Amino acid sequence: MSKAFVAGTGMTAFGTFPDRRGRDMFAEAGLAALDDAGLGPEDIDEVFYGNFIGTLAENQGHQGPLAAEALGTTAPSRRVESACASSGLAIRDAVRAVRSGEADVVVAGGMERMSNMGTAGATDGLARAADDLFEIRSGVTFPAAYALMARAYFDEFGGEREDLAHIAVKNHDNALVNDHAHLQEEITVDDVLESPEIAAPLTLYDACPISDGAAALVLLSPSYAEEHGLDSGVAITGSGHGGDTMALQDRQSLATAPATRDAAEEAYDDAGISPDDVGLVEVHDCFTIAEVLALEGLGLYSYGEAIGAARRGETCRDGDLPVNLSGGLKAKGHPVGATGAAQVAAVRNLLTGTHPRADAVGEDVTVGLAHNAGGTVASAAVHVLEVTR
Amino acid sequence: MTDTQDGSYDAFLDALEAGDGYYYECADGHALVPPRRVCPHCGDRELERVELPETGSIVTHTTVAVPTPQFEDDAPYVTAIATFGQVKLTGILRDVDPNDVEIGQEVTVTIDTAETTDDRTITFDRHS
Ligand SMILES: [Zn+2]
Repeated sequence: MSKAFVAGTGMTAFGTFPDRRGRDMFAEAGLAALDDAGLGPEDIDEVFYGNFIGTLAENQGHQGPLAAEALGTTAPSRRVESACASSGLAIRDAVRAVRSGEADVVVAGGMERMSNMGTAGATDGLARAADDLFEIRSGVTFPAAYALMARAYFDEFGGEREDLAHIAVKNHDNALVNDHAHLQEEITVDDVLESPEIAAPLTLYDACPISDGAAALVLLSPSYAEEHGLDSGVAITGSGHGGDTMALQDRQSLATAPATRDAAEEAYDDAGISPDDVGLVEVHDCFTIAEVLALEGLGLYSYGEAIGAARRGETCRDGDLPVNLSGGLKAKGHPVGATGAAQVAAVRNLLTGTHPRADAVGEDVTVGLAHNAGGTVASAAVHVLEVTR
Repeated sequence: MTDTQDGSYDAFLDALEAGDGYYYECADGHALVPPRRVCPHCGDRELERVELPETGSIVTHTTVAVPTPQFEDDAPYVTAIATFGQVKLTGILRDVDPNDVEIGQEVTVTIDTAETTDDRTITFDRHS
């Protein structure tokens, strides 16, 4: 299949900005992406905008046109909603538009504003990614859902809280040089183990923060890139999307993520690569256990093996496979609707050498992966990025 | 308390409350929590109603310290997934010290109301 060039990336700092309206944050990220690509609003054919709970947080539906306006255009636009995978799937739709030949220049990205809802409000909002009837009404919060999976994982494959703590420590450490990260704070394994429980066995430091922010990409068709001399050096060469039942109770296993596996297999096939070719990964670590489920679903580790990967140093900066060099959702932050786009932006910038952690990427690395998951991985988007020259 | 009736879901809760719990099984043997018209795993529409076993077994659990506003007065509370034969249900395990909860413990299912909202909630009791 043809590829989609990543011509520009942009993001706001991720953090707590309760007074910033979403359209303003997306304008900052989107205009930066356009500037990075050397293109203007008049060049945009279509806008794909990821957002999860803007209807609750900003009392705003029909956000697509607002996202386009924020970029300085009234080009056709739509909002894509798939909980935490919203902008991963916005990118997937954008890649399809470019590959089909229907569009040459598209902006894909997303935004979330949550801190203005307060902790209780944001907890309520995030829970909406679960099944209302069978999960939310039984007291399942977003952390509780991952806690249920973490305990099921320990029971099925082994592992302990200390293994998870090493994942948090690693991702915090990676974020220390990333000025766009929500948390630039060095932590220890003991900090994680001793932090307050939010949903046992997960503690506060097993969880990503409640973040505000936006991220955007400019994607180009190969013909447009060639015609305008805009080969940016990195392209999306594979895209995959997997699904699963909404509620955990309807799944065979509570300790694996089949939607990630399906999305990854599709993306690898699409790009014509195997997991062995992947040199760096940004995975969806909304909670520490989620990084484990992701690495195993992606086929980068066998089931039961990824739990100790950070503790053994394999996924650290100097390990065999650096994971979440950006800091991940855990430390970079998780403005839900912006996360998938921020991941792809990080992979692109790590491959081009413009990311603050690019020095951790080996010179022989030409393939990166971004993995974005919705809810308890009832939806998952995987994108393969490759160096093109 | 919300006035919204979720039809067949409420009927399922009524059945659990009356001790007449049931689930569906498709021709391929997939066990499904009602209400369902079709099996999401294989698309089968010939769902057979099967009596829910009286006792289930906890397969995973968590103690929620930071709740949604709907459970503000209930926290901390234990939410568990328990398997009743082939089918799994998610509910709140009541009257229990969170430290005493273990995978494999036997539970029965009923309906109780959440302290905060009075909403009906699938509830587990430890089976003694
Ligand atoms: Zn079936």
